[in-house]
Amino acid sequence: MPGEDVAWEHFAHGADIGVRGIGATQAEAFEEAALAMTAVVADPARVAARIPTDLRCEAPDVELLFADWLNAVIYAMATHDLLLSRFEVRIHGHALTARAWGEHVDRERHQPAVEIKGATYTALSVAQRGDGAWVAQCVVDV
Amino acid sequence: MDPARLVRIDECQWQLPMSGAMRVPGVLYADEALIRDMDDKVAEQVANVAMLPGIVKASFAMPDAHWGYGFPIGGVAAFDPDEGGVVSAGGVGFDISCGVRMLRTGLTVAQVEPVKRVLAETLFERIPAGVGSTGTLRLSGDEMDAMLRGGASWAVAQGYGTPGDLERTEEHGRMAGADPRQVSDAAKRRQRDEMGTLGSGNHYLEVQRITDVYDGAIADAFGLAVDDVVVSIHCGSRGLGHQIGTEFLREMAIGAKDAGIVLPDRELACAPIHSALGERYLGAMRAAINCALANRQILTQMTRRAFRAVLPGAKLDLLYDVSHNTCKLETHVVDGKPRKLYVHRKGATRAFAPAHPDLPMAFYATGQPVLIGGSMGTASYVLAGTSQGAKEAFASACHGAGRSMSRHEATRKFGGRKVVDDLAARGIVIRSPSMRGVAEEAPLAYKDIAAVVEAAGRAGLARKVARVVPIACIKG
Repeated sequence: MPGEDVAWEHFAHGADIGVRGIGATQAEAFEEAALAMTAVVADPARVAARIPTDLRCEAPDVELLFADWLNAVIYAMATHDLLLSRFEVRIHGHALTARAWGEHVDRERHQPAVEIKGATYTALSVAQRGDGAWVAQCVVDV
Repeated sequence: MDPARLVRIDECQWQLPMSGAMRVPGVLYADEALIRDMDDKVAEQVANVAMLPGIVKASFAMPDAHWGYGFPIGGVAAFDPDEGGVVSAGGVGFDISCGVRMLRTGLTVAQVEPVKRVLAETLFERIPAGVGSTGTLRLSGDEMDAMLRGGASWAVAQGYGTPGDLERTEEHGRMAGADPRQVSDAAKRRQRDEMGTLGSGNHYLEVQRITDVYDGAIADAFGLAVDDVVVSIHCGSRGLGHQIGTEFLREMAIGAKDAGIVLPDRELACAPIHSALGERYLGAMRAAINCALANRQILTQMTRRAFRAVLPGAKLDLLYDVSHNTCKLETHVVDGKPRKLYVHRKGATRAFAPAHPDLPMAFYATGQPVLIGGSMGTASYVLAGTSQGAKEAFASACHGAGRSMSRHEATRKFGGRKVVDDLAARGIVIRSPSMRGVAEEAPLAYKDIAAVVEAAGRAGLARKVARVVPIACIKG
């Protein structure tokens, strides 16, 4: 369960929207950022965590790994008509394995606002704050 | 943006002088109010683009420029392949060949107004729009490849439209040089259910009426008159283009260092045009252009059928189809010499001048129709390419208004239902599967498109021809 230091938020971008995840570890920050991305489309609280899907990616550095992670989530949502609301991420070096849970899009109930085209490298960063919390963020193109 | 950081060339042209690693200056086309309204990030991104290898003449920003990804949205830059020039997946963006087409209905407001609600409902039922919507067309592997090679020509051969539609489409409906082998299985898989779908966000299908004609001769040639009803379709290459953009952005960002390219911003990921990666991207990107052209062609035929179900005998002729996220090989005169250049337009519309050899005969005397999409509930404009524009920014003009408010702020300020009711009070019917989507696209969340078009006209980028406003809008 999310603790006090685990959170997600959106930040403004001229044309689109930024997603930011904050957690005690990189993995938690990645999980929260994915939740922020779901919240771009619909209210995550209305998305039941029923259907599991496994994701993995690997990249030359942690920032690209973060973009790859969000793009893996985007691809799973686009090709399986899913909204995802629960994420468990494990990071080993620059490789990531994850399980995500969600449900098929219900247009009446979820009122999905917009589909996400891709995670960009704009405002992309994965870094530790002064208080030790990890922050992972980038702008997504909608 | 503070205009003091720019050198004013004339009323609607400003120079960002060379500094640091810039290889060419920046040029911004806008009046002073638009410049003051622009994010400082626009100047930063114009300068970053000016640092890329092989850039020619200048890094340009159109009057609707705003903070984008690597390139500003509304950015134009051309590269010479023989001077180390690059092609940039970031410069084209995720929604490859997103664009607008306009159909003339041959009907007047008086004929359409009484049936506009039924028409909107029929269009909404028949045109798949919004998150999770799927088309009825499923392509096999071979069919997908044929579509990616053939574009709108493929769609017409499948019964979606007529051969006459093709000459009213950029590239005559088929982008040459597309290579489906360079399109990943993942990109093709992402497109599987999305042929003939509108998408979401700022994509729309609008029934519009012409309110003003500014250039009677060109409007006549385009077949546009006040109180005529037209249809505009705004969408792109759907999931296939998004996936190609995602994959090549990554590969180019990682490969830039080995290619000896210093990226001022990772989003400017690019590769030399004369390189295996550059050529692979061009093959895939051109396939995505064909996907967008095929998609808009399919939507066109679905729109025709929907119109005829409500207004029997309605005949919708294509005025023109333009794309505003592309990189295309074109010949432009620079310092008196014709040069073959790869022109990136990111949120910018091509605006060929009269007599350009790639235009159909119908536009020989007028120049290319330049279709400027508004947002739901606001005006859109038809412009025409000019000889002066051809000399300015490689025959390019603006593409739309650009947001003035974030999606989050729009959702907080406007309820979707209230937006629909307010627009209904102004005679505009909105149909959308998502009220939150409607709130995010509220008209007040966008900049004043009239000011953008006015500046494009005064800068000589394109000539103002006509203004249209929506009667009915199908939002994704």
